[in-house]
Amino acid sequence: MFSSSTQKGELFEIQTKLQDPKTEKKKEGVKKVIELMTLGKDVSALFTDVMNCMHTTDIEIKKLVYIYLMKYAKYKPDLAILVVNTFVQDTQDENPLIRALAIRTMGSIRVENVIDHLCQPLGLCLKDHDPYVRKTAALCVAKLYDTNPELAESRGFIQNLIDLVSDSNPMVVSNAITALMEINQSKKEPVFQIDKKTAVNLLNALRQAPEWGAAFILDSLSKYVPKNSKQATTISERILPRLNHNNSAIVLSSVRLILHLSGFIENKANAVNLITKVVPPLVTLMGNKNEIRYLALRNINLIIQKWPSIFSHEIQIFFCRYNDPIYIKLEKLEILVLLASEKNINQLLHEFQEYSMEVDEQFVRKSIRAISRCAIKLEKSAEICINVLIDLVKKKINFVQEVVVVIKDIFRKYPSRYEKIIGLLSQNLPTLDEPEAKASMIWIIGEYSEQIDNAHELLASFLASFKEENTDVQLQILSSLVKLFLRKPHESEELLQQVLKLSTESENNPDLRDRAFIYWRILSSDADLSSKIILTEKPKITEKSFHFEPSVLDELLRNISFLSSVYHKVPTSFLNSYQITQNHEEDEFEDENEDENEDENEKEEKNPKNKKNIIKSENNQEKSNNNNNNNNNNSNNNNEDMIVLNENENENQNENDDMSLFSLNDIISNTVKKTQTQNTFNSQLQDSIFETPVIINNEPRKLLLNSAQGKGMEILGLFKRKNDDIILDLEIKNQTNQKF
Amino acid sequence: MISAITFINEKGSILISRMYREDIPKNFAESFRIEVIAAKEIGCPIKQMEDTIFMFQRISNIFIVAVTKKNVNAALVFEFLKTLVSVLESYFGSVNENSIRNNFSLIYEILDETIDFGYPQNSSTDILKLYINQENFRQDKDSAETAKKIAIKATGVIGWRKDDIFYPRNELFLDVIESVNLLMSNSGNVLKSDVAGVIVMKSQLSGMPECKLGLNDKVAIEEQTTKTSKARDSAIALDDCTFHQCVKLGKFDSDRTISFIPPDGVFELMKYRTTENVMLPFKVMPVVKEQGGSTVEAKVTIRAEFSEKLFASKVVIRIPVPKNTADTKTSTTIGRAKYDPTAEAIVWRIKRFPGRTESSINAEINLIRGVDSNKTWSRPPISMDFQVPMYTSSGLRVRFLKVFEKSNYEAVKWVRYITKAGSYQIRI
Repeated sequence: MFSSSTQKGELFEIQTKLQDPKTEKKKEGVKKVIELMTLGKDVSALFTDVMNCMHTTDIEIKKLVYIYLMKYAKYKPDLAILVVNTFVQDTQDENPLIRALAIRTMGSIRVENVIDHLCQPLGLCLKDHDPYVRKTAALCVAKLYDTNPELAESRGFIQNLIDLVSDSNPMVVSNAITALMEINQSKKEPVFQIDKKTAVNLLNALRQAPEWGAAFILDSLSKYVPKNSKQATTISERILPRLNHNNSAIVLSSVRLILHLSGFIENKANAVNLITKVVPPLVTLMGNKNEIRYLALRNINLIIQKWPSIFSHEIQIFFCRYNDPIYIKLEKLEILVLLASEKNINQLLHEFQEYSMEVDEQFVRKSIRAISRCAIKLEKSAEICINVLIDLVKKKINFVQEVVVVIKDIFRKYPSRYEKIIGLLSQNLPTLDEPEAKASMIWIIGEYSEQIDNAHELLASFLASFKEENTDVQLQILSSLVKLFLRKPHESEELLQQVLKLSTESENNPDLRDRAFIYWRILSSDADLSSKIILTEKPKITEKSFHFEPSVLDELLRNISFLSSVYHKVPTSFLNSYQITQNHEEDEFEDENEDENEDENEKEEKNPKNKKNIIKSENNQEKSNNNNNNNNNNSNNNNEDMIVLNENENENQNENDDMSLFSLNDIISNTVKKTQTQNTFNSQLQDSIFETPVIINNEPRKLLLNSAQGKGMEILGLFKRKNDDIILDLEIKNQTNQKF
Repeated sequence: MISAITFINEKGSILISRMYREDIPKNFAESFRIEVIAAKEIGCPIKQMEDTIFMFQRISNIFIVAVTKKNVNAALVFEFLKTLVSVLESYFGSVNENSIRNNFSLIYEILDETIDFGYPQNSSTDILKLYINQENFRQDKDSAETAKKIAIKATGVIGWRKDDIFYPRNELFLDVIESVNLLMSNSGNVLKSDVAGVIVMKSQLSGMPECKLGLNDKVAIEEQTTKTSKARDSAIALDDCTFHQCVKLGKFDSDRTISFIPPDGVFELMKYRTTENVMLPFKVMPVVKEQGGSTVEAKVTIRAEFSEKLFASKVVIRIPVPKNTADTKTSTTIGRAKYDPTAEAIVWRIKRFPGRTESSINAEINLIRGVDSNKTWSRPPISMDFQVPMYTSSGLRVRFLKVFEKSNYEAVKWVRYITKAGSYQIRI
């Protein structure tokens, strides 16, 4: 549309307007320039003409010129210096709006020689008698710090900001504290810490601060650690009225602060009383727009994990409406499972059943999973949950396959209790086409092969298409046939040989091949021993949704309303910018890691060193990831003679892997195991799941299978307890000279 | 904080954007186009692409997007986007691609004034209009004296009202608007019901008036022990309420007084919510039977539970039907019913529904036998829309509304009530 010639013509026309002495014409010209700039046209050629318009008393034109300048100054730094004088003059204008505008714009121009001239006027503006100028100057210090921290510090601007925190104008106070908090974030040592006096100042400003200012003050106050219980009570009393604000940011920030303060109140009854006060405002947020509802739900989820009972009377609020958007429905479902109890299970099952009839696939699957999670969570109600699932299969709802997957979990939790439904499930065998459902069904057949008369026929039919199957299904066929062989050797010897041959000949799948070799060796060692190892009693699984480590949960609760609480990840784990600034700290603590692990377990939630804690844990996590990587390398190369398996690798992967691991576990006897089947329940809206840190301590692993019995394979293993998690630390050694 | 605010159209091109920080990738609009716009289905309003995070709000045919790389206060960002839309609306009416394109320099000015370095600043329309007002250019506003007043105002304690307001006739309009939400199971049990109310005020008052609003709120009445038992009987319990920033929250917290200096014009004074003793204006009794795979029979009876002196208007009942519906036969005792294929529902409309009466609809739905016919029908709930003037489902009443101003004028006060359907759903 704009050919070069018309553009030239147009630019010329604008130029004439810019040079016109009449203000109105000038304004028209500048507006046109801004318009073209916004449309992405290059109007840098007009730089000098636009700059000449700066000398005007018309604030409108000034503003527009500044907008232009912010965009183009960095391309024309030499010319930009020419306007510095006008800026400096403007910062001393009689009109406070112009003073503020000049200092605001100057701070936004990131051109070195402009910044050099910024300091002197900034110093004046910070002490301006007009609050509008002061509040603008306060943020300008943060801008300067962002581009040139040394300069900001050497000119004493930090101290100026600290002085402004006790300003008489609430807006100045909120901008000053905000600027300080931002500068703190980029520093190893905070430049400013909120003490009692500042906290009092902030609370006073809070009473009168306009809405955004109030939110910033509340956010800053959550960094304050009260000295004693009485102080925490006093502050919380001042915060409580904010829960009635219309602005959800203020409500959520107040909730965060109140929950934070409740931890310092000695009288438990008072603390509980305080915590319950956040419930009605949070429920009110559910009547808000979807964006806010989503935030509220993500935060409520965290709050329930910490204080499970406070929302127990509000369960109806989380019932899904037919026309709720899917991302809201999934969050509600998560919360409903968290709130499930023997008292409300009937009501909940009714809801889940209703949801299972809906159209959206993701929602239906999650609803079916929710039923099984309740069955696993509530032992007394398991029976009725299972009846609901059976009912769903009979009704032939869409996605029956999901039911098969979740029933596998129920079998693992309650072995040998609900076998009667196997018959019903196997009727659906031919319709199964999803790998996860198939793998689950095959697992059930292998596990209950004694009760299923035609188990070998069923497995044989799967074996026929072995090569076309997905890895998880292949692994499961292998494991199930081994189990079948140990129970009914006569029927399945041939099948077993077939599957071992197929698996070990597999060129491209080391997992499958290695597992087959391991079975092979075990089976060829001693039949009794093999049975003992492979057909051991399965450990039970438990329902612990999400299940954050207490220290992580506390960190997330300190981030209520922030993105961290939406993602359910601590800031360091999802934002690069945070890792960069905190890397130093990590280094510092690295050496202490090994020795302090024990120590770490004992640390209380309210430990002020929590932050440190998390960094360390993450560090460990990295290590364990390395282990996992090694593990993969090993299996690929077959060069190393030692494989370190750590069960928690499981947590980084999806449930399919979980299944494969689960069979590996069969190798170990007399053990308990805790598997996290819940990961996949996490909303898929999150790209990845928060990973629970792993602690490796130095206790020696026990010998489970010696190399003589294992024909060269030696297995060492140890179960460790970390909070509620049981971790299996497994080491498999090849003591022969040959490859596995 | 916020690194950029940007307006993006449906094709994914940037209409206008204001960068507050330089930490975000230059091609961020491209990732937004791929991840959000190309995804068609508008899902979660927060998207992370690598370590850049987008928070957005959709309005007509555009997206207003806040971009950040920091762990920002997400609620604050969404609240700000909401405010930004209302500021823009107050300047140029509806916000859409066209109006954005016609107001570039105004939008820059607003984005510059309402956010500084990514932190939201004063965004109250009344105050902004004092110094961002391109159309009505007034020379005197550039005078230093005026500017000083404006600056004080913009950072002042009452940042939502200017000083020199004058009305020859002082009036105050109060609208109590309730949305009643219902979710009823197919067996007729109320699964959840609540009322979300909002009190909208239109103030046309001179000077700096101090207002006091009294409701039949149980806690407030008990607080003031001198009240008669009669007042106490009609009192209702509110689960929670939230207020416009003009209301003195400290005072409400101490003695439940709602006292405030109102902004000029229309604003939402308060919102409230209650789940106790919700009076449902309509009772719905549905019977929906699937007869084999070929027909569905539906009979829905509706009873108006409110007083015979009142009536409901704009009553719409949507009775969902299966996708493979061929045709429907309906008969109603009042109003008209029509099958709407795109909505997959029979829509029954009644213009005026008198209180304490009962009406019903009989429908026979014939289905096409086809590939889908063996799939079960998901039976979505029946939903309902209505308005009942002069009625509140919560029983809320305004007890008094007082205006104090130093010139001591008498203000004329008007109060209206209306109850609307929020999400009024009955499972079948």
